[in-house]
Formats: sequence, structure tokens, C-alpha cells
Amino acid sequence: MPPLVTPELGLIFWQLVIFGLVLLLLAKFAWRPILASLKEREDSIESALRMADQAKLEMQQLKVGNEKLLTEARQERDKIMQEATQMANQLIEQAKTKANEEGGRMIVQAREAIQNEKNAALAEVKNTAAQLSIDIAERILRRELADSGSQQQLVNSYLKDVKLN
Amino acid sequence: MKRLLIALFCILSLPVFAQEHAPTVEEATDSEAFSPGEMILHHIGDAHEWHFATLGDEKEHGIHFTIPLPIIAYQAGKGLSIFSSSQLAEGKTYNGLKLEHEHLIAEDGGKVYDFSITKNVASLMLSAALLLGIFFTVASRYKTNKGGAPKGVQSFFEPIIIFIRDEVGKKAIGPKYERYMPYLLTVFFFIWFSNLLGLLPGAANLTGNIAVTLTLAVLTLLITLFSSNKNYWAHIFATPGVPKALLPIMIPVELIGVVVKPFSLMVRLFANITAGHIVILSFISLIFIFQSVLISPVTLAFGLFINMLELLVAILQAYIFTLLTAMYIGGAVEEHHHDADLQIGGDNSATPAHGH
Repeated sequence: MPPLVTPELGLIFWQLVIFGLVLLLLAKFAWRPILASLKEREDSIESALRMADQAKLEMQQLKVGNEKLLTEARQERDKIMQEATQMANQLIEQAKTKANEEGGRMIVQAREAIQNEKNAALAEVKNTAAQLSIDIAERILRRELADSGSQQQLVNSYLKDVKLN
Repeated sequence: MKRLLIALFCILSLPVFAQEHAPTVEEATDSEAFSPGEMILHHIGDAHEWHFATLGDEKEHGIHFTIPLPIIAYQAGKGLSIFSSSQLAEGKTYNGLKLEHEHLIAEDGGKVYDFSITKNVASLMLSAALLLGIFFTVASRYKTNKGGAPKGVQSFFEPIIIFIRDEVGKKAIGPKYERYMPYLLTVFFFIWFSNLLGLLPGAANLTGNIAVTLTLAVLTLLITLFSSNKNYWAHIFATPGVPKALLPIMIPVELIGVVVKPFSLMVRLFANITAGHIVILSFISLIFIFQSVLISPVTLAFGLFINMLELLVAILQAYIFTLLTAMYIGGAVEEHHHDADLQIGGDNSATPAHGH
């Protein structure tokens, strides 16, 4: 065999010894800590990512909750506003009717008062007119019944009336 | 990050200097016929000393810039002998040993077991030191900077580590991937770093050495076999969907497949890295073959291009070796049985095969 492809015993021996030694030393003091800390770091990154995802989810839920609360509040406000408007309208309406009623009542009262006054006035006028008539009649009678003939004549006329009845 | 980029550019630009220097080193050998094949084989092979350059005449009065490396030899009769390789320089003998074509032999023809710290072993130690240094630093960053964002060298290697874990480990092995991550990561970074170191001028061709890739492939095979479950063996000895009469043919084929898979790993890495080195060295050799400075722009352009390509190949081969290792392990630990294709021909795809 040509020397190029003939493995030398000495080199095989040294390769085995030195490579084996390097393998053992590196495995114990280099690869183990390196691979362990790589894994540790990857795990921590992964857990951090997962936590971030979870936080994002929670945030979203919180946001949805907030929005819900906000809409609810808005609805509540709208409702209150509506109710208030309604109430105000109602109040105004009530006041209006009440005022109208009051006015109507006052008018009626005024009318009644006027009527009463008018009646009283009319009664007085009537009384006065009656008194006047009586006075006038008395005066006329006094003058006409001054003589006995005329008195007789009057008694006769009364009697005439009585017969008729 | 910036520092790493600068380092990368330094690595990129160094081979260019090497190519410019190469003529001064090699011009001295003009006197004899230049043999590119010999030069290339010398460069990609192993050596007992670390040679950087030679000034002057190589045979007689040249000044060699070399680092002598320790030789550790075991002989049945004499026992262990350890000495510097400078004792064996230029064909000298020491303690009954001498070097012949970079091969340690005994003068009396006896058997020698060579455990020397050769250029490749030294380079292997350098890779190991680099791996330990860098990844201990990275690991300590994770401790001091617990839970924080990655910084500096940590942020350069973290995506690569995560890529190997997620795209190679998790996809090819499945839920049991964690047990195999240390091996996959070590193999990936060892091959990548060694490939890059091999591209430096004067560096050893470590991952292009068959002994190194053989060891890695055997480790993969052993891990595969030791983690295999009964499904794996059931698939080999009673391949589902195959008539009983064909089993005498199928069982040897499947058993060969068990060995061929790591064998392909060994050859693929070795051949890819060695081929890259050979191509770069061949372009440099053109200067000495044509003996003209006019050819150097071509050499430089092509050499630089191949070097860039080799940077890609360096990480690609590390990735392929790791991915295939993960897929072989994945085939061995797989629980249910619907994607059996993965075990036979899963060489080029990490996606699980469709069910039958």
C-alpha cells in the first residue's frame, strides 16, 4: 500500500487519546453548560412570549369589558335623558292644563259673580221701579180718591173683578 | 466579531504570502530536476520534524528552519526510547533507529512501534488546545453572562452550535438527540478547526491523513453500534418487505453496509482535504515546471481561488461528516420503522424518507 493511504499506528493512538480527552473535557465543561443555558434561555423566551400573549388576551378582554361598560353607561344616560325630557314635557303639559283649568274656573266664577251682580242690580232696579210705581200710584190714588164718588167707583170695580172670579 | 473577521482575513492572506515565498525556498533546488509529485507527497505526508523553510542548497549548506519533534519508539527487545528527532536528521542513526522516507525503522530489521509526536500529532495537539481554549471561554461566557444576549466570541459560535443542534442533531437523530450532542459538536468543530489549520502555510495535513479520519470513522461506528436498538438489527437480519428467500443475499449486503458507511466517512474527509492540498501545491509547482516568473499570476489567481474554495470545503466537510454521523446514529436509535430508506441510502438528505 502506498504510504498516503496507510494509517500509522502512532497517529491513530494519539488521535484516539487526544480526541477522546478533548471530547470528555468539552462534553463536561463546555457543551453541557452551553447547551443547558441555551435551553434555559429558549425556555425563558418562550414563556415570556406566552405570557405576553396572555397579557394581550387579557387586555383585549378588559377592553371589551370596558367597551361594554361604556355602552351600558351611554344607554343608561340616554334612558335617563329621555325620561327626564318626558317628565319635563309631562310637567309642562300638566301645568298648562292646570292653568287652563284655573283660568276656566276663574272665568266661570267671574261670570257667576257678574250674573249675581246683574241679578242684584236688576232686583234693585225692579224694587226701585216697584217702589216708584207704588209711590206714583199712591199719589195718584190720593188725588183721585179725594172725592167719595170716585172711591165708590173703585170699590165697584173691585167687586166687579171679584164676581168674575 | 470584528477581531474574528480580521483573523479570517489573516488566514486568507497567509497562503498568498506562502506562494510568494515559495520560489525563494524552492529555487535552490533548481540544480536537480524538480519533481512535483515528490514535493507534493512530502507536503501532504507526515514527518518527524516540523519543517518550515530551507534557505540555500537543500542538500549541503542550506539553513533549515525546522522544529525537531520528540520521537517515541517501542521495540520488543529494547523497550521504550524517547529522543529528539534532530538526532536522526539527514539519515543519521540513533539508538539503532533511523528514518527512511519519514518512516522509523530499526537497523537490525526488527519491528518498531512508532508513537512519535510527529508533525500531525503536534498539529492535533494544537487543534485540541484551540478547541479547549475557545469553548471553555464560550462556556464561561454563558456562566458570567447568564440569561443575557450573547456577546463576542459567544455570539459567533452560538448560531453554529444551535445549527448543529437543531438542523443536524434534532432532525437526523430525533428525540434522543441530547445524548449525542457532545460527540457531534466535538467532531464538527475538531474537523473544521483542523481543516482551517491545515490551510495555513507550513501546517500539517491533519484531516487529510487517513489515520485521523479512520479513528473518527471508527468512533462513529462504535457509537452507532453501542446505541443501536433491536429495530436496527431487525432491519439488518430481517429487512422488512423482503421475501425470505432473498435474505441470504440481503443479510451480507446489510452487514457490509454497516461497515461501508463509516468507511465512506473516512475516505470522503481524507480525499477531500488531501485533494485540496494537492491542487494548491500543483498550482505552485507550475512555477518550477515552467521555470518562468510569467506563470506566477496564473498560479496566484488559481491558487487563491482554490484556497477560497478550500475554506468552504473546510466547513462543508465538517458539516457532512457530522450530519452523516448523526444520520447513522439516528438510524440506530430510531424507534418506529417507516423510514427505512434513511439507513440504506440516506447519504445526501436529512429529510426523512417517505414511508412504504
